[in-house]
Amino acid sequence: MAGYINFEYYLRQDYRNLQWCPGCGDGAILQAFFRAVHELNISKDDMAVVSGIGCSGRISGYIDFNTMHTTHGRPVAFATGIKLAAPDKYVVVFGGDGDQTAIGGNHFIHACRRNIDLTIIVINNNVYGMTGGQYSPTTPTGFKTQTTPYGNYDSQFDIVNLAIGAGATYVARESVLKPVILTKYIKKALQHKGCSVVEVVSNCHINLGRRNKMKSPHAVLDWIKEHTVPLSRAKKMSEEELAGKVVTGEFVEIEKPEFTDSYYKLCESLKGE
Amino acid sequence: MSNRKGVYTGNELIALAAIDAGCRFYAGYPITPSSEIMEVMSKELPKVGGAFIQMEDEIASMAAAIGAAWTGVKAMTASSGPGISLKAEHIGYACITETPVVIVNIMRGGPSTGFPTAPSQSDVMQARWGTHGDHPTIAIVPGNAQEMYYETVRAFNLAEKFRTPVFILGDEILGHMNTMVELPDPSELDVVEREIFQPKDGEKYKPFDMSKGDVPPMGAFFRGYRFHLTGLNHNEYGYPTIEKDMIRQQQERMMKKVENHADEIVKNELFNMEDAEYVIFAYGSTGAAAKLASKVLREKGKKVGVFRPITIWPFPDKQLDEVIASGKYKGIMVAEANLGQIIYEVERVNKGRLPIKDLLKLDGTPVSPTDIVNRFEEVF
Repeated sequence: MAGYINFEYYLRQDYRNLQWCPGCGDGAILQAFFRAVHELNISKDDMAVVSGIGCSGRISGYIDFNTMHTTHGRPVAFATGIKLAAPDKYVVVFGGDGDQTAIGGNHFIHACRRNIDLTIIVINNNVYGMTGGQYSPTTPTGFKTQTTPYGNYDSQFDIVNLAIGAGATYVARESVLKPVILTKYIKKALQHKGCSVVEVVSNCHINLGRRNKMKSPHAVLDWIKEHTVPLSRAKKMSEEELAGKVVTGEFVEIEKPEFTDSYYKLCESLKGE
Repeated sequence: MSNRKGVYTGNELIALAAIDAGCRFYAGYPITPSSEIMEVMSKELPKVGGAFIQMEDEIASMAAAIGAAWTGVKAMTASSGPGISLKAEHIGYACITETPVVIVNIMRGGPSTGFPTAPSQSDVMQARWGTHGDHPTIAIVPGNAQEMYYETVRAFNLAEKFRTPVFILGDEILGHMNTMVELPDPSELDVVEREIFQPKDGEKYKPFDMSKGDVPPMGAFFRGYRFHLTGLNHNEYGYPTIEKDMIRQQQERMMKKVENHADEIVKNELFNMEDAEYVIFAYGSTGAAAKLASKVLREKGKKVGVFRPITIWPFPDKQLDEVIASGKYKGIMVAEANLGQIIYEVERVNKGRLPIKDLLKLDGTPVSPTDIVNRFEEVF
C-alpha cells in the first residue's frame, strides 16, 4: 500500500501561498498524513480538517478537504460541533503546542474526557513559531526564546501524559524523523473510534534552534534524535537516564464509550416520545 | 392542530421556538439567568434527533455552534453578559465567515459577574461592538412572552437570510416571567429553510462569492465539494488574502448586507402614537413598562405614545427620523435599564431637533411603569 501517491491530489491547486520556512517539519508531517489518508482510502469529501492559529494552523488552507482555519487554541471546539452534527464523518484537528496546550488546553482535555471521535494531531515544535519565537508550555528548561532571554525557568507539559490523564483512548507520539512510524500512528488514530491524540515532535530551527546553537534544520533534527527514545528502549532505562528525554511510541489504545455514539443512542431510545 | 397552550417562561419559549424554527444543534454552558434555555434544549433536542452538547466553556459553545452550522444545520447558543464577553472571540469568527447562528443573551447586571439574578439592558452596545473589528450586527429585543417565541423564529430566519449571527437580547424579567401562551403549530410558522449550495457540473463553490448580491450562497461540508473557511481576511474562495482591493470589497459587502437591507430587518411597535405629543422610546421589558406608563399618563391628560424597537440593531434610523421629522411631537424620553446606551443612538438620529430626556435606571430592579410616569412628569 505504501506505493506511489499523487500528493497534488490532496493539495489545493488554487491556493499555495506557503507560509512555512524551508526546513520546517510541517511538510513531512503533512506527507505522513496524506499517506495515512491514501492508504486508508478515505474520500476527501468525507473528512473535515480543522486547524488553529500558528504555523500548524496554516495546514488547513493548503489541503483539499472540507477545511476550517479557526481561532487560536479552539479548533477542537469547532471540530466537536462538526463531529456531533456529522457523526459518520472523519474529523481531524491540527494544532501546535501553544495552540493545544496553552490557550486551547481546556478544549483539548475535554475532547479527551468526552472521548469524542476526533483525531487530534499536535505538532510540538517547542516554541511559538508564527509570532516570532516566544516560549511555549513545552519549551525545554534553559532554552532561550524571545520571552525567556536568560533561558527558560518555567515548567513543561508532557502532551502524552496530559492526553492520557484527560482520558484519550488512543495516544501516540513520534518525531518527524520517523515518517513511516508516524504514518502508522496517524492511520491507527484515524481508524480508532474515540478521541485519538498523536503528538509529533517537530523542528523549528528559525525560532527555536537559531537562539539555542542549532541554526540549521539538521542541527535541530539531530537534537530531536538525541532526546527522543522509543518506548521499548525507555522501558529498560533508569529514571536518571530518562531525564530530559522524550519517549516515543504508542501509549494507550483502549475502548471506551464514544461521545457521539452515546448521544445518538439516547436519541434513538427517545424516538416517538 | 396545536394543543400547546400553557404557562411558559420566556426562556422556555425561546427554546421551544428555536426547535419549531428548525434548530437542530445547541451548544451551551450554564449561566444565570439563561440556563433554562439550555435545560429545555437538553430535554427536547434528542427527541427530534437534534444535537445537544454542554461544552467546557462559553468560548467552546460558540465554536461548536459555528462548526455545526457548516455541516448544514441551524444552530444556537445562549448565555448572559459574562458568557457573551467570552463568546465575543467567536462571534467575530461567525461574522467574518458569514455563519448563520443565533445567540441569545438573557441580560443581567454587569460589568463582570454583576448581579446574576437581576435584569438589566446593559449589553445592547456589547451586542453591537462586543467583538473586535468592523462587523455587521443584527439584534432583536423582544418585549413580551409572545415575542420571545415569535421573534426567536424571526431571528433564525434573519440568520439564514443574511448569513450572519443574530442576537436575541432578553433580560432576566422576560426570561423568567411566566405567561399563558398558546404556541402555534410549527407548520403554520413562516420559516426560512437552509438553502445549501449545490454546484452545477464542475462549478467551484465560492463561500464569499461577490457576484451573487450582498449575501453569498451558503455551502456545507460533506456535500461532494470542498472549500475553506478562515478567520483571516479572505478572497471569494475563502483563501487568506492580503490583496487590498479584495479585503476592502469583502469587508464592505459584509457590512452592506445588513445596512442595505435594514428595512427587511428593522421592526418597531408604535403604540398610542397617532395623537401623541410626547414619545417614550423604550425596548425590551422597559418597552412593555412604557406602554403601561403611556396609558396611565393619558388618564392624567398627557398625550404620550411609545416608540418600541423590536429590532435594536440595525438601529431604526429611518423610522425614528420619520417620527421626529413629522413635527407632531414636542419631546422624547428614552427609558432603559442601564446608565445610558441607546439614548446616544436616539440623539444621533434626532440631530438636536427635539428635547431628549432620560430615565436611566441600573439598580437590579426593572424599570417599572411608575418609574416612567414619575420621571415623565418630572421632565415634561
